[in-house]
Amino acid sequence: MNTALEIHGLGKRFGRVVALDGLDLTIGRGRVTALVGPNAAGKSTLIRAILGLVHPDTGSLVLDGEALGRDWRYRGRIGYMPQAAHFPDNLTPREVVAMLRDLRGPGAGTDEDLLEWFARSGAMDRPVRGLSGGTRQKLNAAIAFLFRPALLILDEPTAGLDPVASSRLKDKIRTVRAQGATVLLSSHLIGEIEELADDLIFLVEGRIRYAGGLAELKAQTGERSVERAMAALLGGGRE
Amino acid sequence: MTATGRILRYELHNVLRSRTVLVYAALLFLLTDALFRFGGSGARVVLSLLNVVLILVPLVSALFGTMYVYGAREFTELLLAQPVGRPSLFTGLYLGLSLPLAAAFLAGVGLPFILHAKPEAALWGPLLMLLTAGLLLTFVFTAVAVLLATHFDDRAKGLGGAILVWLACAIIYDGLILLIVSWFSEYPLERAVLALTLMNPVDLGRVLLLLQFDTAALMGYTGAVFERFFGSAGGRVAVLAALVVQAVVPLALALRVFRRKDF
Repeated sequence: MNTALEIHGLGKRFGRVVALDGLDLTIGRGRVTALVGPNAAGKSTLIRAILGLVHPDTGSLVLDGEALGRDWRYRGRIGYMPQAAHFPDNLTPREVVAMLRDLRGPGAGTDEDLLEWFARSGAMDRPVRGLSGGTRQKLNAAIAFLFRPALLILDEPTAGLDPVASSRLKDKIRTVRAQGATVLLSSHLIGEIEELADDLIFLVEGRIRYAGGLAELKAQTGERSVERAMAALLGGGRE
Repeated sequence: MTATGRILRYELHNVLRSRTVLVYAALLFLLTDALFRFGGSGARVVLSLLNVVLILVPLVSALFGTMYVYGAREFTELLLAQPVGRPSLFTGLYLGLSLPLAAAFLAGVGLPFILHAKPEAALWGPLLMLLTAGLLLTFVFTAVAVLLATHFDDRAKGLGGAILVWLACAIIYDGLILLIVSWFSEYPLERAVLALTLMNPVDLGRVLLLLQFDTAALMGYTGAVFERFFGSAGGRVAVLAALVVQAVVPLALALRVFRRKDF
C-alpha cells in the first residue's frame, strides 16, 4: 500500500491523562481512512498532532516521505475542516476566504467547487456574525477543499449540515478521493463511515484497537455491519 | 507582504468593525467634548481627562483584549493549521488587537482637541503626553490581556486575572504605596517609592503627565517624588522606557506560551 502519512510511536500526555499511548499507524494514499472511537479516545489529539497544533511528547510523523519538524510549510499540503467553525464575527465569508488565500500564497492550487456552492446561499458578503450554524459549516467545508490539498483532515464534517448539504459534501469527498487525495475522516456516524471509508482506525484510550481495511474488519469479526464489528472489538477487549 | 502583515490586515478589518471598539471611541469623544464645553481651557481638560485615561484605557484594553483572544480561539486554531509560523500569527493577532484600540483612543481624545482648542503652544506638550500615556497603556494592557488569555484555557480565570491586574494597577497599588509611606514614615523612602512607582504602568502614565504641569508637587506623594527625581528630559525618557518594558515583557512571555502551547 502506498503510504501518505506514517506515524511512529506517537505519544502525548496532558497532565496525568494519556491522550495518545505510542501510536504506530500508516494512512494510505488516495484512500479514505475513518478515525473512530469513544469520546476522549485521542482522535482529536491525533488530528491536532498531525496539524502541528499539539506538540507530541514522543514519536514522529512522516508526510509524503518527509519527517515533520519545526518547518511549518508542510501544512500547505493539508486541508483542515474543524468540527465547529468559528470565523471572525465582523468579516464576511469573502474576506475570510481572501485572508486564507493570502496566507497560502499564489502557489496554492484552487478548487472553487464547494465555494461556488456556498456562494449560492447568498451569504458571501454578509458578516459571519449573522450566519446560521449550517451556513458556517458549509463555509468551513469550502475552505478545507479550496486549496486542492493532498491530505484532507475532516473532523465530524457533516455535523450540523442538512441532508442535502451533507450529501453534497460526501460526493465531494468521493470526488477528491478519485482524484488521488488522501482523506482522514473523524466521525461518529457509522453510516457515513460505511459509505465513504476504505480503512478504519479505531482508537480506545489512546491506543489502537483496530487499524486496517473496512472489509477485513468485518471478515475478522464475522459481523456484517461495521457497527457490530466495532461492538465485537470492544466486547472482545473487555473479556 | 509578510505573513504577519497578511494576518494583520484582516484582523484590523475585524476589530475596527467591532461594536465595542466603536463605542469606546465614541465614549472618549463625547467625554472629551463635554469637558471642553463645560470646563473651558485645554489645560484643564487635559488634567480632567488624565484620571479617565488612567482608569478607562487599562480597563477596556485588558477586558476587551482578553475576551477577544478567547473569542478568536477557534479561528486561531484554523489559522495555525495553515502554512504559517506561530510567531507571525502571534504578532498579527497582537497588533490586530492593540492597533485598533490605540486608534480608537487617539480618535476619541484627539478629535475634540482639534475641534475645540485653537491649540496654544503651551498645550501641545501636555496633550502629546496624554496621548502618549494613553497609547502606551493600551499596548501594556493588551499585552497583559494576551498573556492571560493565552496562558489560561479557562475563560473565567483569564477574565478574572485581567480584572485583578487592572484593580491592582489602577486602585490597590497606590493605596499600598500610601500604607507603606505611613508605616515607615520615620525612614527615607524616596528611592523605594520611586522603584515601586516605576513598576506600575498606571502610575507611570500619571507621572508622565503631571510632570508637564507645575502642580505636580501637589498631586500626592508619588508626584512630588517624581518631580524631584525626574523633572528632567532624562526622567521622561526613563518613564517612557519603563512603560515600553512593561509592554514588551508580558508580550514576550505570551509569545513563549503561544509557541509551546497545545491547541
